[in-house]
Amino acid sequence: MSKEESKYSLFWQGFKENKIAVGALIVVSTIFLLAILAPWISPQNPYDIGSLSFSDARRAPGFIGSGGYIHYLGTDAQGRDLVSSILYGFGISLQMGFAAGFVALAIGSTLGIIAAYRGGWAESLIMRVVDLQLSFPAILLALVLVALLGQGKGQLIMALVAAQYAYFARTAYGAAVVERRKDYVEAAMSIPLSARRVIFRHLLPNCMPPLIVVATVQIANSIALEATLSFLGLGLPITEPSLGMLISNGFQYMMSGRYWISVYPGIALIVLIVSINLVGDEVRDQFNPRLKR
Amino acid sequence: MLGFIIQRLLQSVMVMLAMSIIVFLGVYAIGNPMEVLLPPEAPQDIRDAIIAQYGLDKPIFEQYFVFVVNVFHGDFGTSFIYNLPVLELILSRLPATLELALTAVAGAAIIGVPLGIFAGYKHDNPISKGIMAFSILGFSMPSFWVGLVMILTFAVWLGWLPAGGRGDVVTVGGVEWSFLTINGLSHMLLPTINLALFKFSMMIRLARSGTREVMMTDTIKFARAAGLRESTILRRHVLKIISIPIITVFGLEFGSTLAFAVVTETIYSWPGLGKLIIDSINNLDRPVMVAYLILIALLFVTINLTVDIIFAIVDPRLRRAEAS
Repeated sequence: MSKEESKYSLFWQGFKENKIAVGALIVVSTIFLLAILAPWISPQNPYDIGSLSFSDARRAPGFIGSGGYIHYLGTDAQGRDLVSSILYGFGISLQMGFAAGFVALAIGSTLGIIAAYRGGWAESLIMRVVDLQLSFPAILLALVLVALLGQGKGQLIMALVAAQYAYFARTAYGAAVVERRKDYVEAAMSIPLSARRVIFRHLLPNCMPPLIVVATVQIANSIALEATLSFLGLGLPITEPSLGMLISNGFQYMMSGRYWISVYPGIALIVLIVSINLVGDEVRDQFNPRLKR
Repeated sequence: MLGFIIQRLLQSVMVMLAMSIIVFLGVYAIGNPMEVLLPPEAPQDIRDAIIAQYGLDKPIFEQYFVFVVNVFHGDFGTSFIYNLPVLELILSRLPATLELALTAVAGAAIIGVPLGIFAGYKHDNPISKGIMAFSILGFSMPSFWVGLVMILTFAVWLGWLPAGGRGDVVTVGGVEWSFLTINGLSHMLLPTINLALFKFSMMIRLARSGTREVMMTDTIKFARAAGLRESTILRRHVLKIISIPIITVFGLEFGSTLAFAVVTETIYSWPGLGKLIIDSINNLDRPVMVAYLILIALLFVTINLTVDIIFAIVDPRLRRAEAS
């Protein structure tokens, strides 16, 4: 156990050296905190239709509305305060990204490791399907699935998972095929331990590093994909506006120069995605033994 | 060799068959097309007549069978919304998308590869770092957001370029093209950049890492020892060696460019295939959805098959491993 601890503290020491990655991690944590605290810190509940006033609609940043407080980032077409919408939108985007990322991680890595463990027809079947899917663009797959499944959080997560699990399966398979040949796995199998135990207690923990790297990238991708689908009008229902939906709602008003409805949620989205990617980049470098001197 | 090609060909046919069943069942499981085809107050006898006309009263497998037979006769059915044969509809929208996708892919390669070679050749130069930073941005920004910002900047604030549509077109060979008029080109510029940005970033990174590897090999040492100029080395040796993986990735990525056109075409109201599929999803226009998906699947299967066969011809090890 102490060896495990030293491995992680070593990881932290390396991670701390990259100032940009540490900054990005702070940004991501802050956004997390803001999203959790949104009901208490945002000036308005954007889902409470009753509290919205049409006289406040489409006001420029700095406008003092009927609520008596300043709309620092302006208001949207329904008179929602954009600061509040963005704080709540962070929550929805993060929920979708993490839920889809973790389910895809669970399904994909299980499939990949089973393929590597079993070999034979299971291996060829699973990896054929995965390879086929990887050659097909994720956005198109998600688009079609959302169209087929209908709107809603659960359906959207399913579509995102279906579009992304293949990346985890490929990565887990690649790692597990190497681990499978090592002596400790042979030893575990010859005791004999059950297949389930070998897969989940021996193979999976040793395949984790590359999977964690893929997971950070895929969470950022899920958030971007969800925003894109919402922008195309195929994401969440209008009552739960994610960042993508906010951007989409503002698009039609952009031509008349009311830029803030789209632009501020967009900046929020970019900051979130780029920060997660920067953290992911550093995690990858830390796990990559070739870059260690 | 022939055995390998036949094996791959059979696999592709199986995949297409599976895809067509999945797509057909999936699309036919959603919504009730009667809501699109008929007003709610339509009497029952008209309703029945329409259902019979579209064959919707038959069991689903019979519908599928009829569909497959029709497809082999080049008939993908009739759009519920446009009341046109679907194939005709898709073929009429295809040139607009191809025009956009080809320009984007070509532009990304022509500008991205030299920048990438430069960034790899002088990797400590501040300009190279700038190029790499730009490519990271191009990777992480969602393309719909880039599209919006470009419209806001160049169409709304600066007023230099139009925000959407195809502009003036010239008909050549029975097909309308935008790139032959100045006005059409101005309409093409923003959507092309939008669609190209991701590929552009990818080209830069591929060319850079390839160049850095090649510069360290003996080939370059010998070329330098032979007294060749650096520009000649870059053009004749580096470019030649790195072009093989770049071309491969490009072939594979061309299909995904068509897929990403969905986003770009929606933002810029570009009347291509992507706009058609989004409209048909929103309108529950089943025949268009099925035909689009099957044609895209066919495109991908064909690209993969071609790449596999080319690889097998180039690399015999692959052929032997796969056949066993």
